[in-house]
Amino acid sequence: MSSRDTVLKAIRKSQREATPLPTLDQDWLKFEDPIDQFTKVLESVGGKCLQVSSRSEINDRLAEFPQFESANVRASTIEGVGLSTVSLEEIDDPHNVENVDFAVLAGEFAVAENGAVWITDETLKHRVLHFITQHLALVVPAKNVVNNMHEAYKRLSFDGRRFGTFISGPSKTADIEQSLVIGAHGPRSHVVFLVDDES
Amino acid sequence: MKHATAAAKFVANDERSHWHDKALWFIRSKRDRMAHSVPEWEILRDTAAAIKAHTMTHLAELLEQFEENATKLGATVHWAKDAAEHNEIVHGLLRDHNVRKLVKSKSMLTEECHLNPFLEKHGIEVTDTDLGEWLVQLRNEPPSHIVMPAIHIKKEEVGELFHRVLGTEEGASDPPYLAEAARTALRQKFMEADAGLTGVNFAIAETGGFVVCTNEGNADLGVSLPKLHIASMGIEKLIPKAEHLGVFLRLLARSATGQPITTYSSHFHGPRAGGELHIILVDNGRSNLLASDDFHRSLNCIRCGACMNTCPVYRRTGGHSYGTTVPGPIGSILAPSRDAEEHSTLPYACSLCGSCTDVCPVKIDLHHQLLTWRREIAALGYVSLDKTVPMKLASAVFRRPWLYRLAGRVARNVVPWMPRFMLYNPLNVWGRKRELPEFPKESFQQAYARRNKASGKGGVR
Repeated sequence: MSSRDTVLKAIRKSQREATPLPTLDQDWLKFEDPIDQFTKVLESVGGKCLQVSSRSEINDRLAEFPQFESANVRASTIEGVGLSTVSLEEIDDPHNVENVDFAVLAGEFAVAENGAVWITDETLKHRVLHFITQHLALVVPAKNVVNNMHEAYKRLSFDGRRFGTFISGPSKTADIEQSLVIGAHGPRSHVVFLVDDES
Repeated sequence: MKHATAAAKFVANDERSHWHDKALWFIRSKRDRMAHSVPEWEILRDTAAAIKAHTMTHLAELLEQFEENATKLGATVHWAKDAAEHNEIVHGLLRDHNVRKLVKSKSMLTEECHLNPFLEKHGIEVTDTDLGEWLVQLRNEPPSHIVMPAIHIKKEEVGELFHRVLGTEEGASDPPYLAEAARTALRQKFMEADAGLTGVNFAIAETGGFVVCTNEGNADLGVSLPKLHIASMGIEKLIPKAEHLGVFLRLLARSATGQPITTYSSHFHGPRAGGELHIILVDNGRSNLLASDDFHRSLNCIRCGACMNTCPVYRRTGGHSYGTTVPGPIGSILAPSRDAEEHSTLPYACSLCGSCTDVCPVKIDLHHQLLTWRREIAALGYVSLDKTVPMKLASAVFRRPWLYRLAGRVARNVVPWMPRFMLYNPLNVWGRKRELPEFPKESFQQAYARRNKASGKGGVR
C-alpha cells in the first residue's frame, strides 16, 4: 500500500462523528475612521502611511525620504512614480534585482486592524523584489481600506496560480534578547501611500 | 531524561532563570494587550476551535481535496507516513535537482524529523534562515521555543558566537549591530541557494494553496530566488476554506508575540512561472493521535507558543528541559503520545494552574489533557518511586482517621525537634527548594473545639 493510502486509511479508521462548520457571519470589529486606524497600526509596527491626493504627489513626498534620495538603484511598477533607474522587464534572473535600493510597487488594498497591505506579483515579474529591496513603498487606492481580515478575504479569490502576501511594516526580528530590530533580511523601511483619486 | 533533572541545570543559574521568566512574561503581557484590543476575541477563539474540530472530523476528505486542488495548480504532492520517509523525499528532490545548498525557513516539522543532520550527512549545506533558528543551528542545539527558538540565549553569547563565526567585533553585543551582521551573511546564503524549503502555517483544502507567516521575510526570500520550493507540512495544518484564514491570521500573531499580524503572511498557490513546487504531507504519528479519545484535540494546535509564554514551569526551566521538539504544555501532551515511557515526567512539569488553557487561541483543554496523561502514565506504571511511595503512604493515612490524628500529633510534637539532616535529606525531594512551615501547637480539631467552647457553642459535631 502506498504511504498515501496508509495515511488516509489510518485517518478514516479514527474519524470521529462530524461536527459542523461555524458561521463567519459575525459583527466583526469596524472602525470609525479606517484610514486613521491603518495609519496608527502601521506606525506601531515600524511602517509609515502617507495619504496623498494623487499619484503625482507621491514623487514630491518620496523626495523627503533620505533613503529615496540616496538610493542608487530604484525600481517602480507605478507609471510616472518612483524615478525608476532599472527596467524590471528586461531582467530575467530574479537574483539580479538584489541591488535594488528603493522599490515603489502596487498594493491592492489595506487592512485597518493590522496595518497590512495585500500585494500580488500579477504586475511584477520578480516577486522577490518585495522582500529583497532595501526600502519599500507601496501605492494603494485610499478607497481600498477594509476594516478587518474577514473583509479582506471577501475581496480575495484563489482560483488559479497566484502568489499574494499581506505585508505589515518593514522586515523585523526580535530574536536577540527580544530586542526589536527593524530590517532583518528584507526591507529596512516601509511606507504606504494611500492615493485619493485612484480609480 | 527526567524533566526535573534537565531543569536543575537551567535553574541552577538563578539569575538566568529569572531573566528567562521575565522575557516570556513580557511577551505574555503583549499578547494580553493585543487580545483585549479585539472585542470579539472570545468569538474568534470559539470559531477557530469549531473550524479545527470540523477539520479533524473531515480530515481524510479535506486532504484529498487539498491534493487535488494543489495538483491542479501545478504543485506536486507527496505523502510521508513518518519522518524517515519525509527526509528521503526531500533528499530525493534535492538530488534530482542537483541541489548543494538549501535555505530553510522555520519549520518545527523538519526539526521533528531531524532533517538537517540527515541532509548534511548527504553533503548538502542547510541554512536555517530565521535568525533565532540560525543562532541555535550555529550553536548545534535545538530550538528552545517554537516561535522564538533562541529565547534562552543572551546577547553577549550571540556576540561571542558571531565574533567566532562572522568575525564581528569582539565583545560587541548590541542587537542591531549583530542583526546587521546576520543580515549580510544570510542575504548571501539566499543568493547562493539552489532550493528553498518552508514549513506551512495553514493549508487550504478548497484552493490547494498554503500560507507561511514570518516577520523577517526569510521564507519569501528563500523561495523566490531559486526555482525549487519544497513545503513540508503535518497533515493537521489543513483548514477547509480560504475565508477561515481571516479567523486564524487574526489569532496567530496576537497570541504568539502580541503583534497584530506577522510582517509577512504569504499565500502560495502553485509554483511560480518556471519554478517547481513540491508539498510533502507528513503523518509521523498524527493519525495515531487522531485515534486517541483523550488527546486528539491537541492536533488543533496552530503552534503560536502562547501556552509556553504563560506557563510558570516553562518560563522558569527553559525549553531544553523538556527534551522534545515542541516544549511547554502542548509539547508535554504531544511527546508522551509518541513515547509515554521516555516522556513520562513531562505531564508532571505542570502546576495544573490552567493558564495555558486560558490563552490557547484554539481552546485546547491543555491542563485537562495533562492531568489525563498523568492517569495514563500511572496506569502504565511509568511513575517513579519518589512519587508513588509518598502517594501510597498519604493514601493509607488519609483512609484511617485514627492514623491521621496520630500522624498529626507526632508531626506537631516530634518534627520541630528533629535535626535538619533527618528532614532535608536526599529522600525529601520536596524539601530541595522548600522549607517546611512552622508546625502549629494544636490540631485543627483542637483549635475548633477550643474556639467553640469559648463562645459557648457545642464541640465538634
